[in-house]
Amino acid sequence: MNVRLYLWQRATAAVMAPLVLVHIAVIFYATRHGMSAADILSRTRGSFAWAAFYGLFVLAVSIHAAIGVRNILTEWTPLPERRVDACVVFFGLVLAALGFRAVAAVVLW
Amino acid sequence: MTTELSVSLWRGAQNGRYETYRVPQRQSQTVLDVVTFVQRHIDPTLSYRFACRVGVCGSCAMTVNGKPRWTCRTHVAKVAGNGKLEIGPLENLPVIKDLATDMQAFFEKWRQAKGAFVPTQTRSDPVAQIKPDTPSRKAADAAIECINCGVCYAACDTVRWNAEYLGPAALTRAWTLLNDERDGGNIARLQAIAGAGGCHACHSHQSCQELCPQALNPTAAIAALKRRTAAAYLKGEIKV
Repeated sequence: MNVRLYLWQRATAAVMAPLVLVHIAVIFYATRHGMSAADILSRTRGSFAWAAFYGLFVLAVSIHAAIGVRNILTEWTPLPERRVDACVVFFGLVLAALGFRAVAAVVLW
Repeated sequence: MTTELSVSLWRGAQNGRYETYRVPQRQSQTVLDVVTFVQRHIDPTLSYRFACRVGVCGSCAMTVNGKPRWTCRTHVAKVAGNGKLEIGPLENLPVIKDLATDMQAFFEKWRQAKGAFVPTQTRSDPVAQIKPDTPSRKAADAAIECINCGVCYAACDTVRWNAEYLGPAALTRAWTLLNDERDGGNIARLQAIAGAGGCHACHSHQSCQELCPQALNPTAAIAALKRRTAAAYLKGEIKV
């Protein structure tokens, strides 16, 4: 890992830390209040705030996890650096695609 | 107290094997004493490396019962409670023969980390006045007693996994020089340690600081290097 990747990983971790706490609080709130899927969707659909919150979350996770997986592949597999980079870019894009699809499902009408 | 030790020594090169010897146990006996006994009294073909025998030169480090140690200052009573010793060459370095490793990669990484002092003055200039209580002098002092024994390098998981990683000793040396006010090579040094095998590869497992015979803390030095290189990168002083 070089200094650029190090800064990206630390920066995305710093972004994720408060987002994770809010995310867990939301889960507790939803389960403690016995909210159904329909109740939740009625609050999230059309909400720019929730779209921005989880959109940022997905972006940070995709970058952070990809850099972490890059470290694992570099240290634990004999793959050359270019192939490792190709694998983790693909992994990050898949995470982002799945994440944004989920965000779209709960905020779009 | 057991009167005889069962000592397994690595024999051969990379594809060698352990062979067991019986060595008399003595008061205040060091691991280096044990190895020397085998060479002098049992098998003179045993190869190992030592020089000063008093913990100054850093040449006698070996793997003792699974951990890298300076053998001249490691007492048998401390590491062989059951009367058994397994002594091998240092990990993470190619074995030349028996207990002697090829340290070339270790010292080459010192060079890669710009571990040589870069003077900014000549011998004609007055001697630099460095106050002992400045933060930079204290930071340099914290790691200046490294004896290049290779124990930290052999103990490091990241060195084991990542052949490019410069290792704790070279990075600690870089940190010492970064804090040397007389040195003029800091930008090149920060550039050298900010790449793929540099300080950011460290996982902070802390085996280096746990086993350093000089009780130095390379993990702390590397953590400081991470911050220093990050700041230099953000200011545009170095590139990757």
